[in-house]
Amino acid sequence: MIFAALLFLGITALVGGVVLSLSSQRLQAQMNPLVHRIERELPGVNCGECGHPLCGVFARLVADGREKPGGCIPGGHATSVRITAIMGNAPQETEALMAVVHCKGGHAEARVRSRYSGIPDCHAAMLSGNGSLICQEACLGLGSCVRACPYGAIAITENGIAAVNPALCTGCGRCVAACPRSLIELIPRLHKIFLGCNNRDHGSRVSEYCSVGCTTCGICVEATRASSAISIDDNIPRLDYAKHENFITAAYKCPQRCFIDTVRARPKVNIDTKCDGCTACVPVCPVEAISGEKSQRHIVNKEKCIGCGICLGVCHVHAIALWGGLAYRTEGLSLKRR
Amino acid sequence: MNMHAIAEISLAALLVNNIVLERFLGLCPLFSVSRRLSGAIWFGIAATIAMTLSSMVLWLVSRLILAPLSARYLEIAVFVPLIAALVLASGHALERFAGDTFRRIGVYFPLLAVNCAVIGVALIGAGPSMHGNSFSFAGSAMHGFASGLGFLLVSTLMAGMRERLELAAVPRAMRGAPIALMCAGLMALAFDGFALFSSAAK
Repeated sequence: MIFAALLFLGITALVGGVVLSLSSQRLQAQMNPLVHRIERELPGVNCGECGHPLCGVFARLVADGREKPGGCIPGGHATSVRITAIMGNAPQETEALMAVVHCKGGHAEARVRSRYSGIPDCHAAMLSGNGSLICQEACLGLGSCVRACPYGAIAITENGIAAVNPALCTGCGRCVAACPRSLIELIPRLHKIFLGCNNRDHGSRVSEYCSVGCTTCGICVEATRASSAISIDDNIPRLDYAKHENFITAAYKCPQRCFIDTVRARPKVNIDTKCDGCTACVPVCPVEAISGEKSQRHIVNKEKCIGCGICLGVCHVHAIALWGGLAYRTEGLSLKRR
Repeated sequence: MNMHAIAEISLAALLVNNIVLERFLGLCPLFSVSRRLSGAIWFGIAATIAMTLSSMVLWLVSRLILAPLSARYLEIAVFVPLIAALVLASGHALERFAGDTFRRIGVYFPLLAVNCAVIGVALIGAGPSMHGNSFSFAGSAMHGFASGLGFLLVSTLMAGMRERLELAAVPRAMRGAPIALMCAGLMALAFDGFALFSSAAK
């Protein structure tokens, strides 16, 4: 009895095995052996940022040469290099991106015109009278982007606006599509400063309802005149990240403190004993932090210095260096008032 | 098989004895695929294919091989490997002959290969039916197809509810799985109303 049952199950397993091996040989499409190796290098979160629903589909297209190895955005440069190695090609550069929120007008800064107590979702708030803030470009703070982020990189701060944690952001861009006010943008990860306002309204009106709103004064354009990296377009400054510019000067010159700096502390400039007192660095300093008599060693006021590094380029004896560490902020991204 | 029998079997499998809400089979895939409407629909289609095929093949195995050898007590043990082989092989065939469809539903085939709903439908189809009399071959196939459609129906309804639940102000402790389970329970209560069909038919 029990042997008959065992025999029967053995035959069943044999039949199943034969059916499967036959079907995988005869029926299954011939798979490029590279596909599995490529798929192992991918993050496997099926984020869809490459334009395909699954990581496996992307791997298949890469193996067929119909998709570029750098197409995986969360994987970034490291994944791109590994895939090109599998493909046997020379690696190509991919720019690492991160998401930023172009608003810093939270409860403390932006004026409210009504109270919203509906569905806690930005799209729903937009439908019921464009939200409760007077500013029509402000972050609604109801977290549609937070729910869209598969990596938990976005949070609503205590001040009621969305902030991206650069350490967790992979630059997949799902939050960009989730924001009904198009406040989220992907910027090169190398950049630490971006504009925290997207309001195209007239300056005098903006200052009535937001204490950190851009009034289009043009001071940031003046501050970056050398690189011409900022231009006013449609009543709002546009930052050109392709230009050679770190935007530190613009951020700290802005009278409305519209810029958001993800760096908490920067190295400060120090002038050592090589200084021959040529005074070349005194006029270039945007914050007038350098003082000193001619042909005497100059002194940097560490309280004023913002670490922009402009003076390094004009010193002919290389007496100027940046001293100190770099610290990033992850919570409540906002500019410290100096 | 006349029209009356077809209507009776499919209505019973689709609504009255719905595989998910009345028999409580396939709850795990119901909750994992019903997050998005598109995923729920494609999984329902894949499940319909798997249930129809396995109902047909396993009815033949049960009646033509197991019954003459008086070995029907081995049904469950025999069905598990056979369903796995059958579903994976049909996945291979689909990949070969309908690549675009496979790209959408291919990910679900390994899930279906060892799924309680699929083997449950096959066991019910091969065994005695609810009124004591057994299904014919066509009846078993019809039962499998209608059960798959029943899963498709419930997972689609569930996905529609969960997409709206994401926007609803659900208390923190109830967010996610708890509220989804409660919704499934309420839907099962509503489907209990279809039992009137079977009592009216008697």
